[in-house]
Amino acid sequence: MVVGIVGYGAHIPRRRIKVEDIAKVWGADAASYKRGLELFQKSVPALDEDTITLSVEAARNALARSGIDPKDIGAVYVGSESHPYAVKPSGVTVAEAIGATPDCHCADFEFACKAGSEGMFVAYGLVKAGLIKYGMGIGADTSQGAPGDALEYSAAAGAAAFIMGADEERMIATVDETFSFMTDTPDFWRREHQFYPAHGGRFTGEPAYFRTVTGAARGILEKSNLKPEDFKYVVFHQPNGKFPKRAAKILGFSFEQIDVGRLVPWLGNTYSGSSPIGLTAILDVADPGDRILMCSYGSGAGSDAFVFTVRDRVREVRDLAPRTRWLMDENVTYVEYGEYAKMRRKIRLAEK
Amino acid sequence: MPPARSWRAYPQTYRLEAARCSKCGKAFFPPRLVCNKCNGRQFEHFEMKHTGKVVTHTIIRTPSDEFSGQAPFALGIIQMDDGPRLTSQIVDLPFEELRIGMPVRLEFRRISSEGEAGAIHYGHKAVPVRI
Repeated sequence: MVVGIVGYGAHIPRRRIKVEDIAKVWGADAASYKRGLELFQKSVPALDEDTITLSVEAARNALARSGIDPKDIGAVYVGSESHPYAVKPSGVTVAEAIGATPDCHCADFEFACKAGSEGMFVAYGLVKAGLIKYGMGIGADTSQGAPGDALEYSAAAGAAAFIMGADEERMIATVDETFSFMTDTPDFWRREHQFYPAHGGRFTGEPAYFRTVTGAARGILEKSNLKPEDFKYVVFHQPNGKFPKRAAKILGFSFEQIDVGRLVPWLGNTYSGSSPIGLTAILDVADPGDRILMCSYGSGAGSDAFVFTVRDRVREVRDLAPRTRWLMDENVTYVEYGEYAKMRRKIRLAEK
Repeated sequence: MPPARSWRAYPQTYRLEAARCSKCGKAFFPPRLVCNKCNGRQFEHFEMKHTGKVVTHTIIRTPSDEFSGQAPFALGIIQMDDGPRLTSQIVDLPFEELRIGMPVRLEFRRISSEGEAGAIHYGHKAVPVRI
């Protein structure tokens, strides 16, 4: 049975903050972030936006492109490291809002920035097993970086949703192969009750991100008997602008192959939404027959890799919901650090 | 707002479910038991399209406690494309750009929460339609 993506959608908050506005508060050198990490600005969620609200909007865009009845969705999985509740699933609110309840399996995933691809992987697996007709996997985050920390320049917000199914007539892109690469690598974490995450600085690079992403990419290439030149597009997890470029170079992919899905310089790192949103930007422009490699990364650490082949239907459905580059560029409002700190609840308010 | 009260309104707050009178076709949001146009008692429930226009608007600077952290904010009456009118915050645009008649879309947002430990209430707020 051929299983693949029958609907996809993204959602991105409209506010942005520029790297310069963060750097000037902390006396840091904005130019070094722009040049060294290729970060220029990031998305900022409003006080009334969270992982659930972003997920619902992305899910509705995916539904619009799929044309399916939400009652036929047998599973809704939300992957995030910023679920609004510690105990109460995000997935049920999303499923309720899109009209998929009650005949639906819901679960929340958490694996740093890899949680979104986990949801996609499990939804794909359940459809492949014949247990459900359609399954939705969502990657969404409203991530926090500690004030003044390097992560504050990148931690952003956004969501992407994918509906997996086996309908030949609705197929937008087939899933041709999957591969996952996991090790215990303590590069980034957030302990219970902590507001901000902690990380291992430079340890997040070579032994963590690069080892894992290249391990997953090499694994799926070998498993599928494909070479870098067999792909039109590649999207890696994007903690900054530099890492995915370097991973591509190590693996033998060109800049042209990663360019379309590399959104981080203008969007920031949307954590669980990162490579999934990049994939939506690729599907927005891909031609039938194009092959796509997606490789997520979650600290801790692991990568899920997928090989997709685009089908003709992508041309019919891509404009049934806003395209991702359009969401990134239109109606954008820039905020300064004070408003950003309020939006991100970094200001301690008086008890009432 | 007690969680049970919030929960009872999910069809409307989460999915914008309205009811259309089977006899005369008038749509109501929220649904009602008797049509005020034809006294009909049969209704078909449907999810409204999420688009509409601003009928009127104001700026709330001194809200009730539930919304105190959000002030100032814009509040408007929205004429939905499917017929009913509803009251909604209008967000994601500067107040000076608010216009009567402007097209809006209802987007899923946090409406309020019971402090830091209580339930979070979700619903819809109007955002300007992106052109």
